Amino acid sequence: MSSQPFVFEPIASRAPPRPVGGLLPWVRRNLFDGWTNILTTLLLLLLLALALPPMFQWGLMHAVFGADNAACRAAEHHGACWGVVAEKYRLIFFGRYPYEQQWRPMVACALMVGAIAASCYRPFWRAWLLGLWALVLALFFVLMKGGLVGLVAVETARWGGFPLTVMLATLSLLIAFPLAILVALGRQSHMAGIRTLCVLYVELVRGVPLISVLFMASFMLPLFMPQGSTIDVLLRVLIGMTLFTAAYLAEVVRGGLQALPKGQIEAAQSLGLGYWQTTRKVVLPQALRLVVPATMNTFIGAFKDTSLVTIVSLYDLTGALQLALGDADWRKFFFEGQLFVAAIYFVFCYAMSRYSLWIERHLNTGTRRE
Amino acid sequence: MSSENPIIEFNDVNKWFGDFHVLRDINLRVAKGERIVICGPSGSGKSTLIRCINRLEEHQQGRLLVDGTELSDDIKAINAIRKSVGMVFQQFNLFPHLTVLENLTLAPMWVSQIPKKEAEERAMQQLRRVQITEQAGKYPLQLSGGQQQRVAIARALCLTPKIMLFDEPTSALDPEMINEVLDVIKELATQGITMLCVTHEMGFARSVADRVIFMDHGQIVEENTPDEFFNNPKNERTRDFLSKILSH
Repeated sequence: MSSQPFVFEPIASRAPPRPVGGLLPWVRRNLFDGWTNILTTLLLLLLLALALPPMFQWGLMHAVFGADNAACRAAEHHGACWGVVAEKYRLIFFGRYPYEQQWRPMVACALMVGAIAASCYRPFWRAWLLGLWALVLALFFVLMKGGLVGLVAVETARWGGFPLTVMLATLSLLIAFPLAILVALGRQSHMAGIRTLCVLYVELVRGVPLISVLFMASFMLPLFMPQGSTIDVLLRVLIGMTLFTAAYLAEVVRGGLQALPKGQIEAAQSLGLGYWQTTRKVVLPQALRLVVPATMNTFIGAFKDTSLVTIVSLYDLTGALQLALGDADWRKFFFEGQLFVAAIYFVFCYAMSRYSLWIERHLNTGTRRE
Repeated sequence: MSSENPIIEFNDVNKWFGDFHVLRDINLRVAKGERIVICGPSGSGKSTLIRCINRLEEHQQGRLLVDGTELSDDIKAINAIRKSVGMVFQQFNLFPHLTVLENLTLAPMWVSQIPKKEAEERAMQQLRRVQITEQAGKYPLQLSGGQQQRVAIARALCLTPKIMLFDEPTSALDPEMINEVLDVIKELATQGITMLCVTHEMGFARSVADRVIFMDHGQIVEENTPDEFFNNPKNERTRDFLSKILSH
């Protein structure tokens, strides 16, 4: 045996090597390292060089921005006619809503979008937010429908454009989400009756196109109702969309429930927590944050699916555009009109997608090893 | 060995997983304050045995009484028993979305309806006991395995249970962290709480247990004092098992 044992002396920690900064090294590292990368970069640059100038010339240089029909016709084939937007934007945004009353849908929309924005901020996730929503929804319908506090009554058939799109998407998701959670939990219930009911609901609704659901909600439902009783077409469509979206969301939520380790539920049970306490405090907070990307996917889909209500003669944003293009003078410039409406959809969908990324990162604080 | 007023009593308890007979004619009486170590090869039913006590598993035949209440399908009775039975799992099973402090206050606040402030005081007291107060604001996955398991023990203690169940509490830990967890359990053992611990830490069994139980094939093969169990095992199967785990 040796007389003197070695004493362990840890090596002092040193700073990591500094990366070479600057634009040029970055470009070389990321765009021009190796033959395949160089070739890909050059090809993409070539594509941009071919595509960008014509787009720029058509969309900006030779484009007509004023609501000047004659200028638009003169510029046809080599310049865009944004005049169609300038001329028809009120019709596109508010559909057939009475022209002089259109401040009402505008304020209603602003309230709704404001409430959505407030709901995105996590410190606001408190009980009062529900109260805020109740208030905003009440105001929305009073403003839109009128017949109260000196506002002229406007029947729902004349609602249209952006307010209709936002209202249908928001309300159907607001109701569909809790419903989806219940259905997803029901599919895992030990009670066979509830389980079967939930499976049947999901499979039946998922197996049918949304157009059919809307069509049935709009035309067939009244046939089964007692004579004289009518439900507003808007309400029927809203119910149809909600049930449809909830079926998809339920499957998303179920995915999250299944990904949760069994030990989590056992730990909650061993502490004496009951089913609903375990679900609310342990299961859902973890399961839902696992499925944020898939949930947002469904949300974005549902938002765009509101455009299908045109088949039952409701004029949402896309429907209102068709109304606007009914004008023979401007019908030629449908492409510019479609681009404009597409851009509106894109802004909202892109915002949702960025928010999803942000909230996902935000919610995962601590649940991932740093 | 058996006492007049056992806090846990198994009477001819049987259980199956499908066709697999996992617990066979279990008879066991645990006295109040008794410390029991259960060992045996994997698949011998030792985890299932202690998981029956707080009904994470349901027994199918026989009677099982915990703290004077017979375990049946009565949800209320089960939740009452779970309040007085704490459990520590092999994989810790802390709630990753809650901070350490929130993990500890969840059950006191929601099950025992204790006000938040009082629950937090109680939680800090338990964290002090497992010597981990400085981590109260962190999330479980930011802690080491040994720290997580100590938090899990503190969480179970927050409901001031009469019985503590440990299901292989050190099996998922790095060797250097095993002792910090065992020290906490040893300290607990001096407090008069009834303990059942599934473990293969034989040194721990020797120093802490009042009784060691050896299980194989779903049955209790041998139960004895630690001294007798290690020095003079009666059953050949026990001798064989001990020679395997003590020889290295």
